[in-house]
Amino acid sequence: MIAVAASPAQSPELEADITAALATVVDPELDQPITELGFVRSVLIDDDGVTVHLRLPTSFCAPNFAYLMASDAGDALRRVPGVGTVTVLLDDHHDSDKINAGLAANAGYVGTFGNEADQDLDELRRTFQRKAHTAAMERCVMALLRSTGKTIEQMPGLTLWHLPGGPQKDALLRRRTDIGLGIRPEDLVLVDDDGVPVPPDAAPMRLRFAKAVRISVEGNAHFCRGLLTTRYDDDEPLATRITNTRRTR
Amino acid sequence: MYEKNGEKYYICDAHIALWDARPENQRNIHGKQFIDCFYDYHKNLSPAEVVWDYDTYTYYGEQRLLKDLFEDGYVDHAIFQPAILSDFYKRGFGQTEDALALTKAHPDKLTYNHAWDPRHEEAGLEQLRKDADRMGLKGVKLYTAEWNGDSRGYKLDSKWSRRYLEECLKLGIKNIHVHKGPTIRPLDRDAFDVADIDQVATDYTELNFIVEHVGLPRLEDFCWIATQEPNVYGGLAVAMPFIHSRPGYFAQIIGELLYWIGEDRILFSSDYALWTPKWLIEQFVDFQIPADQTEYAPITVEQKKKILGLNAASLYGLDVPAELRLSEAVAS
Repeated sequence: MIAVAASPAQSPELEADITAALATVVDPELDQPITELGFVRSVLIDDDGVTVHLRLPTSFCAPNFAYLMASDAGDALRRVPGVGTVTVLLDDHHDSDKINAGLAANAGYVGTFGNEADQDLDELRRTFQRKAHTAAMERCVMALLRSTGKTIEQMPGLTLWHLPGGPQKDALLRRRTDIGLGIRPEDLVLVDDDGVPVPPDAAPMRLRFAKAVRISVEGNAHFCRGLLTTRYDDDEPLATRITNTRRTR
Repeated sequence: MYEKNGEKYYICDAHIALWDARPENQRNIHGKQFIDCFYDYHKNLSPAEVVWDYDTYTYYGEQRLLKDLFEDGYVDHAIFQPAILSDFYKRGFGQTEDALALTKAHPDKLTYNHAWDPRHEEAGLEQLRKDADRMGLKGVKLYTAEWNGDSRGYKLDSKWSRRYLEECLKLGIKNIHVHKGPTIRPLDRDAFDVADIDQVATDYTELNFIVEHVGLPRLEDFCWIATQEPNVYGGLAVAMPFIHSRPGYFAQIIGELLYWIGEDRILFSSDYALWTPKWLIEQFVDFQIPADQTEYAPITVEQKKKILGLNAASLYGLDVPAELRLSEAVAS
């Protein structure tokens, strides 16, 4: 997250904690933190609390994901010690009024959308956590195959222990934890969404489909970044404006 | 027709529109939000020298359309795929009567597809019969995310959707173009989910289902269902302009499509006036899979000919001049 126009920080630790909390919020479709995607438009920290404005690449970005990110941001901020009152607002969306009213009333998803919603967003979130895991698995396995010059058929019983450490492996372990898969060294890498091992003869196809998932997720992220830059066409279009007037934590 | 390096390409632009999004036609703020969203797509993905000014973009009219497609744009035939959006625009977004009149004036160059909405139930079915007769429909364009009062969209495998698909079969409307948009009820589902297309493609094998923008942002799910269903096609609307701004990503999209669904089921389109066809066609004919993407085979001239027009011509029974067909087709 890039901060611009920051006033002299009265409580730099609180500001850092708030920034870190927002960085834990992920766009489920794009599998990237909202802070890196430029979705956090502004952060205002004053003596009463914190007010965060979020924004998205278009007015017609899916309202369910918009709600998820906004409510996740509120939850993450409320966990920051001494933060005070938390206000999260979604700007420039076709459902801004509805979502902002729901967030302010802490109405929950079904309470916010009323009869437009059937159930909570847990299953939707899970669908995209599975996709994120599939993509992360493909990145790790393909990197290993490239570095060893082997094919997937030559690596039956590939376990987490075989994967070299680094950001890609860390990302895979996080995604596995998200969907309830084990992260012990002896755990198999090539598993389906429920952790069932992929049989050796099905491994190439699982990997091939995983590649399509990865390409799709990465491509969407590029597109959304580009659109956000076009929509908020100013000097630093992806920057977050942070204003901190808090006197004490 | 486009000619390059001695090769001649028949061009069918399978997704165009004649829209009116001027302020006086906007019903509410959503009409402005919608065209602003389109304009951002246009600005973000077009080469700078072909970006339109905003006012022209809201309304360009028939003569500009004819020039951009048929004079400047190499297009032999184009197919209207309107989005009606009556909840956002007073006289609709797509200009039905103007587009239809233009089609009747240039039947060799234009095909008009119309829309239906299963939420109009019995009355809409009657209207579809009338429209099919008056408009000579060979295809329809469905925008499943269209708002209608309190409803924000529908699924293709709902009871009433099925009634409409059965009516299409009776009326000889074989090409069902489906656009998945980002708002649909209930909102707790993934609005881009293409599972409903999978279901109806299985149940109505005599209909062709053309999934616009190749299911983006769910390319992988689209590829997966298209692999299983031989009557599912991919329209390249929205995917095409990546050829300029993100050629590596475009190569991946085309590489994935050729791998999963093959060269016979991919249809070129500019999505005019989101983008103009001239530069897309020029760049596509020059396009090649980058050398570092070794997992994909190079794309051949024959594949490009199919994608740029021959596949759509086959779906719509268009008369392709003999010299623009593939050599095997000429022989047979």
